[in-house]
Amino acid sequence: MGLGLLADPLSVTMLLFVTGVGAFIHMYSIGYMKGDRDFSKFFLYLNLFVLSMITLVLGDNLLVTFLGWEGVGLCSYFLISFWFSDEANATAGKKAFVTNRVGDWGYMVGMFLTWTVVGSLNYVDIDAKASTISGVTATALVLLFFAAATGKSAQIPLFVWLPDAMLGPTPVSALIHAATMVTSGVYLLVRLNPLLLQAGWANDVIAWGGGITALVAATTAVAQHDIKKVLAYSTISQLGFLFMAVGTGSFVAAIFHMVTHAFFKALLFLGSGSVILGMSHEQDMRRYGNLRKYMPITAGTMMVAWLAISGIPPFSGFWSKDEILGGLWTWHGGSFSARVLWALALLAALLTAFYMTRLIILTFFGSEKWRDPVNLEPFDAVPALAGAHGDDDDAVVVHAAADAGDAADAHDHHGLTVDHTPRESGWLMTVPLIVLGALSLIGGIINLPWHSAENLSRWLHPVLAAEHEGPAGIEVAGLAAIATVGALIGLALAYLIYAKRRIEAAKVEPELFARAWYIDWAYTWFSGGPGRVAWDAINWFDHHVIDGAVNGAAAVAQGTGRVVRKVQNGQVRSYALGIGVGAALVLGFVMVRMTW
Amino acid sequence: MVSTLLAAAGSGPAFNVLPWLVGLPVIGMVILAFMPNARDDALRIVAVATSAATGGLAVYLLSEFRTGEAGFQFVINRTWVEALGIGWHFGIDGISLFLILLTGLLFPLSIIAVKPDHDAKLYYGSMLLLMAGCMGVFVALDLVLFFLFFELVLVPMYFLIGMWGHGNRTYAALKFFLQTMFGSAFMFVGIVATAFLHQRGSGGPLTFDLVKIATDQSIATTSARWLFLAFAIAFAVKVPIFPLHTWLPDAHTEAPTAGSVILAGILLKLGTYGLIRIGLFVFPEASHYFAPLMLTLGVIGILYGAICSAMQPDLKRVVAFSSVAHLGFIILGIFSITVQGLDGGVVQMINHGISTPALFILIGWIYERRHTRMIDELGGLQRAAPIFAGFFTVAMFSSIGLPGLNGFVGEFLTLLGAFKTARWWAVMAASGVILAAVYLLWAYQRVFHGPAVGENAKFRELTLFEGAVLVPLVIAMFFIGLYPKPMVDRIEPSVKALVTHIGEHSNADVKDIPAPQAEASE
Repeated sequence: MGLGLLADPLSVTMLLFVTGVGAFIHMYSIGYMKGDRDFSKFFLYLNLFVLSMITLVLGDNLLVTFLGWEGVGLCSYFLISFWFSDEANATAGKKAFVTNRVGDWGYMVGMFLTWTVVGSLNYVDIDAKASTISGVTATALVLLFFAAATGKSAQIPLFVWLPDAMLGPTPVSALIHAATMVTSGVYLLVRLNPLLLQAGWANDVIAWGGGITALVAATTAVAQHDIKKVLAYSTISQLGFLFMAVGTGSFVAAIFHMVTHAFFKALLFLGSGSVILGMSHEQDMRRYGNLRKYMPITAGTMMVAWLAISGIPPFSGFWSKDEILGGLWTWHGGSFSARVLWALALLAALLTAFYMTRLIILTFFGSEKWRDPVNLEPFDAVPALAGAHGDDDDAVVVHAAADAGDAADAHDHHGLTVDHTPRESGWLMTVPLIVLGALSLIGGIINLPWHSAENLSRWLHPVLAAEHEGPAGIEVAGLAAIATVGALIGLALAYLIYAKRRIEAAKVEPELFARAWYIDWAYTWFSGGPGRVAWDAINWFDHHVIDGAVNGAAAVAQGTGRVVRKVQNGQVRSYALGIGVGAALVLGFVMVRMTW
Repeated sequence: MVSTLLAAAGSGPAFNVLPWLVGLPVIGMVILAFMPNARDDALRIVAVATSAATGGLAVYLLSEFRTGEAGFQFVINRTWVEALGIGWHFGIDGISLFLILLTGLLFPLSIIAVKPDHDAKLYYGSMLLLMAGCMGVFVALDLVLFFLFFELVLVPMYFLIGMWGHGNRTYAALKFFLQTMFGSAFMFVGIVATAFLHQRGSGGPLTFDLVKIATDQSIATTSARWLFLAFAIAFAVKVPIFPLHTWLPDAHTEAPTAGSVILAGILLKLGTYGLIRIGLFVFPEASHYFAPLMLTLGVIGILYGAICSAMQPDLKRVVAFSSVAHLGFIILGIFSITVQGLDGGVVQMINHGISTPALFILIGWIYERRHTRMIDELGGLQRAAPIFAGFFTVAMFSSIGLPGLNGFVGEFLTLLGAFKTARWWAVMAASGVILAAVYLLWAYQRVFHGPAVGENAKFRELTLFEGAVLVPLVIAMFFIGLYPKPMVDRIEPSVKALVTHIGEHSNADVKDIPAPQAEASE
């Protein structure tokens, strides 16, 4: 178990987009974080993150990857709680770390099991021995590593930390919580693909887990008002697509979509950051509108990303998402359940187009809503739920940070006024947007579905033993057409609702969606309610029963019940008593043994 | 007697350093006794000098230690009380080496870190006597010697807590004393019985020689099991193992900073060390027989300690209870009876002795500045004192077991070892890594994050002197975390020999011994 590194087509692919996207986000951050009191610390953490991510990607065994895996988690913790004076930020950072640790349990037990059955944690050894591992063991292993992945890659049931993580600085959301770190789980499973081949139904768990996450997160994104929350749930949803690809054995599609997603999602986050800065740190889309007039570059580039994520040809997302859908279509030889999952994915894709169109319309089109003082009044937050009690530390972080806070943090201000004039960001921020916009547009060329153009497939082929064959010929075109129609329907619906106002928006934004299907709420309720009670009970038990027994025994021994006060004269006698009793016991014991 | 010490030979180099590990602090204590009471600074210099010199000897020991050798080194074996077979038997191996080094590091550090506010002479004297006792336990290879040193530790610790401690110190000191005494009574019984039963079984002369008794294995199986239990109870109190742990939170919390540092860093390890040196070595069959019980208690300790820790309102109690959880990992590793598990257990003893003292020192300084340790009354300290918070963060993540820092190495190895022989215990125990993040990060958030108001906003930043005290510990955290090989290389031969010994004398399945040990190349 050395500190070995491994550069193979898979890790190099990861390395390229991590460092590439990372470099532009660093550049953007110079502009975004300007004037922050902890400017240099921010870059310290950001670079530590890149180091950890590279370690994760390049590690030649599970342990080195784990070193990076925890390192990125640590940086994520530091960066989410970067503006720690606000309680909500601190809570979000802690939540991210702890939730990830739940997944890490799976990673650690997975490592122990791997060590036991393979005798090594080296990927080369694992790959070599994968075919000899029994189905049950392989299933257990894959499920354990999938558990780890649900933490890091924010899938059900552990996705709850990612939306809260949006309280960190926006470049962090772009780099860590959209483009790179959250794809680690997918990378890990792809890395272990020979094991997945042996793992039987664990693959179905991954695929269905991803599918359900994709749909739940997409519906949630539909009902969010905070621009970064929309993007956060969108990320969760897109990661769900990646897991569907992994579960169906379409590893190339997973990596392909991971790369294109890194382009357009990083762009969307950076664009949202540009909007947020331009709007005096306002994140609520209900106060936006018509911003294309003031921020043309941000608007233009974000619209490229919008078309890419919606899956409109020929933007990059179209090609990669299509490969995932194709893999689902032919999964299990095209069985009924595979078709159901395909339909589910298609619905999630339609919703993706819908909520992204909603975001674009609310932000860049329509009227300038912050001009109306009514809109600057606090909106009714989603009404507080009975049961979500407990102390503040466990409370759900409902909306963007409270406007109290420390005035020294430039980013804590919410100074939006009716006469505010948004401004386009400087070149340090717009250049990365333009570059990522170009990549979002043409990124698909790395793996077009014509045999001679499947570059990524060919490149990754040596490390993907178990690649599942997608559909071919006319079927590809047919599926692509269906997907495109789906995306267009999503676009059109959003247009009708948010631009033409044919239907009242509230009708498609039920509370169930706004609250992310009550999953986070349920956790919070549990940890603040029964969980807290149980822990209190254990603490009470320790204090009163165990310690009580000790004190009681001492009291009895002293015969006074006031052991605490009778200190000074008690000790020597107790010592003597102890020794005396002990000696007597020894003698008795030895004598008994002697007469045997 | 001094001449005996000087003439020490054995298998070590001509100058045998072991008796001096005990002797130097004692000499320092004697010097202190003849010094005027009022000269606090002079007393301090003597205390620092002797403890640091002893630490220097420990470093010398490390440099002279022959890596790759399994047996005892620097051995001195002379008769002491011939009629009773009590020997002057000293020696160390890979298992005790780093504990001695840790003792040599923590004592000077904690003496430097805090000054007593009254009775300096007695304070420094107690610290030095404590050091002598701790060193003695780690080098003794005779049961009577071991017991004497083990008990010797109690007295100065009692005074440290009782005289220089906080609020409820008298109660805490007495509780510590009595609960440990309760265990010691069992050990005393055990030692006498072991010697007599060994004599009966082997037919030789009466001896308290630990190595001889362990090698002969002449005690009948059932008796050995009873004897193991007697020792186990004594050590379980010291470790502490659930449900004998209740002295610990009180003692840790009420003790002065130096007391907490030594208590957590060294004293708890006397228990785990005893479990290895006497439990596993002298009673291999019984250790294997009772392993499931011990593993279960270890796992309970991990989970229970973590949960109790999370619920404490006092920052120092949070860290105190975390010791229960950490020591649970060590118990798990030891009683997995695997090479990795024991490697990890020993490494974790050192790790806990680095990270927890660092936390206690920092908490001591918080108390100095704010005169409170209640989490409710603290908050937002990171704004006023980012460097202070940075040190706390490093120590905290070391304690949480973040890869790249020392805590992970120990946890990983103990769990890996336990997974081999006690799979479901290891799976349960691994969830302890989640809980560690819960209680420490939660406490950290409440103390260091959030808005800083009132006194908290004026929290004084770490001074250069304070930083200098912590730096050695932080270096150790990173070094062990990133490059544990030198440490594991020295520990492992002794551990392998021990596991083989257990395999020979019980039906424990230790067939994995000859297999190539990949950790060694880490």
